[in-house]
Amino acid sequence: MNPKQGSDPKDFATQFEAWERQELAAFLEKAPERQKEFRTMTGFPVKRVYTPLDVADIPPEDIGLPGQYPFTRGPYPTMYRGRIWTMRQIAGFGTAEDTNKRFHYLISQGQTGLSIDFDMPTLMGFDSDHPMSEGEVGREGVAIDTMADMELLFDGIDLEKISVSMTINPSAWILLAMYIAVAQKRSLDMNKLSGTIQADILKEYMAQKEFAFPIRPSVRIVRDCIAFCAKSMKRYNPINISGYHISEAGSSPLDEVAFPLCNLITYVEELQKTGLHVDEFAPRLAFFFVSQADFFEEIAKFRAVRRAYAKIMKERFGAQNPESMRLRFHTQTAAATLTKPQYVVNIVRTTLQALSAVLGGTQSLHTNGMDEAFTIPTELAMKVALRTQQVIADESGAANVVDPLGGSYYVEALTMQMERGIFDIIEEVDSRGGTIKLIEEGWFQRRIADFAYDQAMKKAKGEKVVLGVNKFVEPEEKHDIETHKYDPTTAERQIARLNRVRRERDQRKVEQLLDQLIAVANDERQNIMPVTIELVKAGASMGDIIERLKTIWGIYRETPVF
Amino acid sequence: MKTKTDTIRVIIAKVGLDGHDRGVKIVARALRDGGMDVVYTGLHRTAEEVVDAAVQEDVDVLGVSLLSGAHMTIFPKILQLLKQKGADDILVVGGGVMPDDEAAELKKMGVKEILLQDTPPEVIVSTIRRLVAERGPK
Repeated sequence: MNPKQGSDPKDFATQFEAWERQELAAFLEKAPERQKEFRTMTGFPVKRVYTPLDVADIPPEDIGLPGQYPFTRGPYPTMYRGRIWTMRQIAGFGTAEDTNKRFHYLISQGQTGLSIDFDMPTLMGFDSDHPMSEGEVGREGVAIDTMADMELLFDGIDLEKISVSMTINPSAWILLAMYIAVAQKRSLDMNKLSGTIQADILKEYMAQKEFAFPIRPSVRIVRDCIAFCAKSMKRYNPINISGYHISEAGSSPLDEVAFPLCNLITYVEELQKTGLHVDEFAPRLAFFFVSQADFFEEIAKFRAVRRAYAKIMKERFGAQNPESMRLRFHTQTAAATLTKPQYVVNIVRTTLQALSAVLGGTQSLHTNGMDEAFTIPTELAMKVALRTQQVIADESGAANVVDPLGGSYYVEALTMQMERGIFDIIEEVDSRGGTIKLIEEGWFQRRIADFAYDQAMKKAKGEKVVLGVNKFVEPEEKHDIETHKYDPTTAERQIARLNRVRRERDQRKVEQLLDQLIAVANDERQNIMPVTIELVKAGASMGDIIERLKTIWGIYRETPVF
Repeated sequence: MKTKTDTIRVIIAKVGLDGHDRGVKIVARALRDGGMDVVYTGLHRTAEEVVDAAVQEDVDVLGVSLLSGAHMTIFPKILQLLKQKGADDILVVGGGVMPDDEAAELKKMGVKEILLQDTPPEVIVSTIRRLVAERGPK
């Protein structure tokens, strides 16, 4: 073999053409390929083989080194050689006591961070006794109404040591206020608290569809959370800008990373309007992506979004601190890829998705339980999921080198293609009048629905293979699976505590604070966090706060597109 | 061309706080492409709102999508409301994520069919056609 192969692109181009004419042509004649064309999940054409020719026009500085702008190869110089990613399995069901028990179990199994799933009423800002909450209290996550619940949720957990991620959006600032109130009651140092609230409201209107108020006041709340944390909680991530739900709602991998960057741009612009410089808050912005089924495209996606973010923060917003340009993200494997048929195979799907997240340089990871196509996971399913991460971390060797696929012709070419795709979308959104306007017009929602429909049709035709569903189907299969059972006493127990808090609180004080809340809400220059912290300390419920604000802000009803 | 009377009329609904709408939109589009009249209620509706809409639109089928786990609360309520309004000739079909035993229980209560995730769009269309044909004209 010529040791200089690749060093002179012209020589290599000649060699490549000769190979196509000779070895390849002769081989194809005998053995044609499986398909006429191959594509990534997004739809990018996949070549037969990638060579130096495919990376020739990538500037070397765009690939760079880990821990250095534009962070393609990772946000930190040593990555997992220094510290393994945070293994953060999400948990939440029933009441605060129920979930607290699961937390203690997960910590005893070696989990290193907490992540909380809330029930639908909490996510939407309804109290457990609201008529809309019927049948949903503590079912898909834990029910939280007041600070009293939050104290039980974190009972026996050292909040200065263990980071807490809260997957919540329209009502996120109230949960943050409760978390702060609990920490202050324990006299903890606010600057030692670490974790995140999701609080990424724009993707709710695009994809997950959890909202309480119209778009603009909701964005103002996000702004207030970020501004508050930038001043008072130095280690806390006040937002988790998310692609995960966009993907789960059916988008392509490209849109999954491009849309969150459109949302990022909107949030940064709102914060700049308050007079903050981007470097004052950007280092604490965090992201959350899915790890989908297309192994290499996912790795390229993670690398590309890191690079695109770095360029946006530097070039568009004038960031000077490298930490403002360094994208950090949490990953969850793709729930929508899980199947009920032959559900044990979900362990394998999840393993591959987890590995691509690690090869893509994630900072924390949730691996799904094998039984999640049935209901929320059992303890056993969660343990296997956690062990999956531990095998990758401790046995596979994948964590011992930084960005092992850096320099792969295929992955680098795909990374570049992804990055270009991201900037094309951002340009289109800018030229059509910006993210909020396009959400109102249903532009993002339609792109998501179109891709979801296309994928569903491909699955139905067998073009997109899903084992157990459209290939290797076992029609006689019986599901002898033990699933998590919902405790029917949950709502009763939860509402009893809520009523107790209501009886015991100083009602006049709560009313005064609610009036103050309205005054703050009506004055855009003020920050909504301080009065909310006072409210939850006084025993106000989430519903008290949300319902009062709805009297001035109204609610949001989407115009569905399909 | 079909006359108005033999076009199947379907209302597709999301009830409760569940925001998962990927499947419901695929179903609505597949039924529309299958030649049916389709109304989609949008998210976060109450059982009462959905039943009122079904009666008002004079539909053949009311399809309810639920991925929130609240199916054992919401379906019985819908069936009862339809009965109260004398509209129990409207066929109730469910979709989403639910355990097999609970899906079987719902069918005993009067839900005509439960179409779980990964049901191919053409199967959904043919199931609706079959159920309406079996019921006969309203």
